[in-house]
Amino acid sequence: MQQVIEGYRQVAPAMRAEGDTVVLDANGVYYQQLNEAIRSAVSAGARNIRIENANGQRYIGAGLRARDLRIEVHGTAGNDLASFMDGPTVEVFGNAQDGVGNTMASGKVVVHGDAGDVLGYGMRGGRVYVRGDVGYRVGIHMKAYESLVPVVVCGGKARDFFGEYMAGGVLVLLGMNTQFPGDPIAGSFLGTGMHGGVIYVRGDVEPWQCGKEVGVAEASDADMAELRPILEDYCAALGLDLDEVLAQPFTRIVPVSHRPYGKLYAYL
Amino acid sequence: MSATRPRYAEEAPFKIHGGCGLAGICDESGKPMSGEQIILAMAVQRDRGNGLGGGFAGYGIYPEFPDHFAFHLMYHDEQAREETEALLAEHCIVDLAEPMPTRPVKGISDAPLLYRYFLKPLPGELERLEMSEEDLVVRLVMTINATVDGAFVASSGKNMGVFKGVGFPEEIGHFYRLEEYEGHTWTGHNRFPTNTPGWWGGAHPFALLDWTIVHNGEISSYGINSRYLEQFGYKCTLGTDTEVAAYLFDLMLRRHGLPLELACKALAAPLWTEIDRMPEGERELMRSLRAVYGPAMLNGPFAIILGFNGGMVALNDRIKLRPLVAARAGSVVIVASEEAAIRAVASEPDAVWMPKAGEPTVARVAGMPWPIHGDLHLSPAEVSCAVLGTEDVCDEAVEVSA
Repeated sequence: MQQVIEGYRQVAPAMRAEGDTVVLDANGVYYQQLNEAIRSAVSAGARNIRIENANGQRYIGAGLRARDLRIEVHGTAGNDLASFMDGPTVEVFGNAQDGVGNTMASGKVVVHGDAGDVLGYGMRGGRVYVRGDVGYRVGIHMKAYESLVPVVVCGGKARDFFGEYMAGGVLVLLGMNTQFPGDPIAGSFLGTGMHGGVIYVRGDVEPWQCGKEVGVAEASDADMAELRPILEDYCAALGLDLDEVLAQPFTRIVPVSHRPYGKLYAYL
Repeated sequence: MSATRPRYAEEAPFKIHGGCGLAGICDESGKPMSGEQIILAMAVQRDRGNGLGGGFAGYGIYPEFPDHFAFHLMYHDEQAREETEALLAEHCIVDLAEPMPTRPVKGISDAPLLYRYFLKPLPGELERLEMSEEDLVVRLVMTINATVDGAFVASSGKNMGVFKGVGFPEEIGHFYRLEEYEGHTWTGHNRFPTNTPGWWGGAHPFALLDWTIVHNGEISSYGINSRYLEQFGYKCTLGTDTEVAAYLFDLMLRRHGLPLELACKALAAPLWTEIDRMPEGERELMRSLRAVYGPAMLNGPFAIILGFNGGMVALNDRIKLRPLVAARAGSVVIVASEEAAIRAVASEPDAVWMPKAGEPTVARVAGMPWPIHGDLHLSPAEVSCAVLGTEDVCDEAVEVSA
């Protein structure tokens, strides 16, 4: 007897209705069939979708536009969760892999566990909230335009290149719910190449951690007034205590120049 | 040997750019597990490859031949087999030679002739050649790969083996009937060839003795690394950058006796700015290491898993340009490119984390001899001596300038 083991089956996920929620069982289902099932449920009018037994399926929520759509993911969300997403809310009860919110336009992602590398890459609107640790290159090249201001809040610690080449938006790091209590709150090259937006870090950062393109100062009352509603929303989404989050002063990191490489390739 | 026979590197007719996937599972208690587990971990990472290479390494899989070197061979044709077997017979007693057990699997075609040999050096051979048995095996592997057209050694260690080819990893795993093997440590690879052809010998893992390497990334320093290795008698013949990593570990860990941490720091060297911030002793050590082992530094993005009898080590490049996740479930350590691979094997691990760039994640099987020196407390002079192989001048502290 030949026993065949396959990671994923290319079949539609089992589907059932619970009240107005469409429940999809992603156990062993290939990402294409899972995302097709999500999209056809949305076209059929579903506004609450719950995905059970997710394990690494990519592109969940990618490109979806319905503003009143809510997707719950139970399990491990695969790469590029909510990439190019424009409107919906995605909540992950578990960890998310790399590339959460890649080029996301609007909507909200809430991750109750940890998330991986390049979270918020090129993000241009919406919010991403992570309860725990995040990986390398989080918030790389986030950007903003007029009222479209992306916000990323990470509750744990981050590795190197946090906010690298950041061009706009708000990136917040709390260092609270972490698996690495002994590590610095962020790695090296924080804000390297940053030329727009703002980074808030709960506590201090050392000069060696920061890229040479940023200035570092304690957050003023005016800054905290800007940050507070973001943290309120973050705590509400994850059931955390706002007072505890605010119990430590924040550091504000902004670029010193809007065109750090303006002369790099010029003949002078 | 005829000069007109084709070189044994059949190019794929097309080239696609992308990533690779890897996974490693080690039960530190030494309890054997079937090859099904690693197939499962690789299968959920299917989209990290494109069917042009899959492979596995298993440790503890040949308990009936614990002291024989198990040679896994790939042959283009019968002539290559005859030439190789003649070479082996010159230096070794082959106690068992047999075709590799395989089964037909949809999607796997053009398999070379696959054989395995359980062998030991001829009595008196090591004395005659004044070599260790490991050095003899290394020389045999290099000779076969470099001089026998159409023959390629897939693995050459004791109580372990490499099973690889062109196909998706789960297909390759079924093809080699991995579920019939049991081992305490397994690694797997899903290939997405970028710079070099997808051919059977070019699939991962790359192996020498019981060292195996699976690799996701690109080694842009291949030229420097391979020239460096050639000075020590290694021949880079496989047309794939990853083989230098396997030989570098053999050089540093087995021949130079470097501690594991130092070997990892030589491959994924800390940045100079980072070294400047280190406490004095460590700073001097790292400066010396970068000076002495500069040509061993792997430049470019990588996530690798080194497998060996006794455990495995996972390592990222120093700025984390490739994914790597680790987990522990009881006595089992799992590393992979994606968390999904971990949860395919252990749905609720005790801990899941992302290892830091350049810092090894180590799994060590209890009760097995650890083939690697222990502590990271060598002085720069000791490192220099290890490199130069001149213990008698150790006391005079060879100066190495940074």
